[in-house]
Amino acid sequence: MRPRTPLLLAVPAGVSAVLLLLPLLALLDRTPWGRLPGLLGRPDVQQALWLSLRCALAATALSLLLGVPLAWVLARTPLPGRRVLRGLVTVPLVLPPVVGGVALLLAFGRRGVLGDLLVEAGAVPAFTTWGVILAEAFVALPFLVLTVEGALTALPRDAEEVAGTLGSAPLRVFLTVTLPAVGPSVAAGTVLAGARALGEFGATTTFAGSLPGRTQTVPLAVYALLQDDPAAAYALSAVLLAVSVLLVLGLRTRVR
Amino acid sequence: MRATLASAHVEASLTADAGEVVALVGPNGAGKTSLLRALAGLLPSTGTVELAGRDVAALPVHARGVGWVPQSPSLFTHLSARDNAAYALRARGIRRSTARDRAQDWLTRLGIGELGDARPRALSGGQVARVALARALAAEPDLLLLDEPLAALDTATRDDVRRLLRTTLAGGRAPVLVVTHDPVDVVALADRLVVLERGRVVQEGSPAEVAAAPRSTWVAGLLGQNAWRGTCDATGLVVDGGHIAAADPLPAGTTALALCEPSAVTLHRSPPQGSARTVLRGPVGELRALGGRVRVVVESSPWVTAEVTVAAAAELRLTDGGEVWAALKATEVRLVSV
Repeated sequence: MRPRTPLLLAVPAGVSAVLLLLPLLALLDRTPWGRLPGLLGRPDVQQALWLSLRCALAATALSLLLGVPLAWVLARTPLPGRRVLRGLVTVPLVLPPVVGGVALLLAFGRRGVLGDLLVEAGAVPAFTTWGVILAEAFVALPFLVLTVEGALTALPRDAEEVAGTLGSAPLRVFLTVTLPAVGPSVAAGTVLAGARALGEFGATTTFAGSLPGRTQTVPLAVYALLQDDPAAAYALSAVLLAVSVLLVLGLRTRVR
Repeated sequence: MRATLASAHVEASLTADAGEVVALVGPNGAGKTSLLRALAGLLPSTGTVELAGRDVAALPVHARGVGWVPQSPSLFTHLSARDNAAYALRARGIRRSTARDRAQDWLTRLGIGELGDARPRALSGGQVARVALARALAAEPDLLLLDEPLAALDTATRDDVRRLLRTTLAGGRAPVLVVTHDPVDVVALADRLVVLERGRVVQEGSPAEVAAAPRSTWVAGLLGQNAWRGTCDATGLVVDGGHIAAADPLPAGTTALALCEPSAVTLHRSPPQGSARTVLRGPVGELRALGGRVRVVVESSPWVTAEVTVAAAAELRLTDGGEVWAALKATEVRLVSV
């Protein structure tokens, strides 16, 4: 006979499962499935979906382009203060997103540190679509950096060293040996970063506002719609939930 | 190759002619791997490394033309065996099809021509070792460094790959440095032996020369001899924990090694009679079969290794434990000043 699960563990485990699953089931229950095609066809909803997709893709691409080199520098170079930098990269992970938004305003806003410069260049990102992308990249980048940096640190150096002795210059070694070796981790980090970017709310609304068609991504649209048109908010939420489930499934199959 | 270099763990001068295979031996931590890495440019060092008439010491790793096969073969797992072997040619800007053809030739030469499309994960240890060697050789290096190329292989594969190394390396264009712990490798592969201890070269010469007059207990042990270090007196050598009698003593006070073949050591269950010999008494330690004979370590003071026939080992009931007497005739003990 299998040993019985102790009640003291079984009860909290059950409660936590309910806590995690009940809200999602409730969302699915209240989603107006019949009206879904019509709701998703509405111009304002489509606008939000399309904007979300574009911004999340751009933010993910930006994270990839900037994050992989940063991960490499953190993992591989004798940069002074590397440990401190690594710790700082983690901060946006735990920072309340609204604080991130305020910080972004103070850096890139009209009255921010770089304000005068940006105003002069006519490229203030705050309250523009660029601002959305910047805010999403700010919160998404650490996921990618940490995932890739972990993989790079764990990667034995031998293969890269051999590639060097075979006449490959450092950049070529990175592209032909290092990157393929950590490919699965880069993919996983990209998915995590993309998911985080897609769901971004706090930093975006603080730094870029909620302007329909320009900065109102799906999460912001859900929040706005909740007052006047709850059914539409539920429908959009269901779409985000579906995307999240797909990403998790994709991540799991990649990892296996 | 002519190199004089100093790095964190090692300081050495080495020379090797084109096509010469030099075995680099020494105890763990002697700096063998550090020396190879310094030569390859993977470890910072000062000094000169002259290869094919140019000093490469100031050049970065990828510009040195030094081939390196590390202890773990480290194939590029995302590439096929053929593309692994073609890597250096591709890095040099040679067209993919040409590089693959030449890589295929190397795989064929190393007896794995049919495995060109295989991924490293699908290969056995011996096959991986061959691909790693093909990858290094295809680069046509000016110096080839092999760090314990056979250590990770099982016994049968090791013999195969060793034979392959001998035929492939013999008469090659580049000098070859092989780090090894195995006396068989030394005898089978090396034209010359360099003994490294505590980061310094302590002896070099042909395997026969070094075996005839090893300059340290470690290298004597590697080559299968009993060796004790000590100070000479009128009748032999005073060693740590005892005395070894020798027929031809050196001047008293000389620091020397006493050497004795294990097959010249006799074992007895009772105190042996006779003069002009060293008798050591101690418990039987490790036993190791060696063909039709048995190597017996007697944990006397000092320890001594004897090599006896299986029949003798059985008659002496060596496996029963207890103490034995080991006798070394003074005429079988040779003193070498160091």
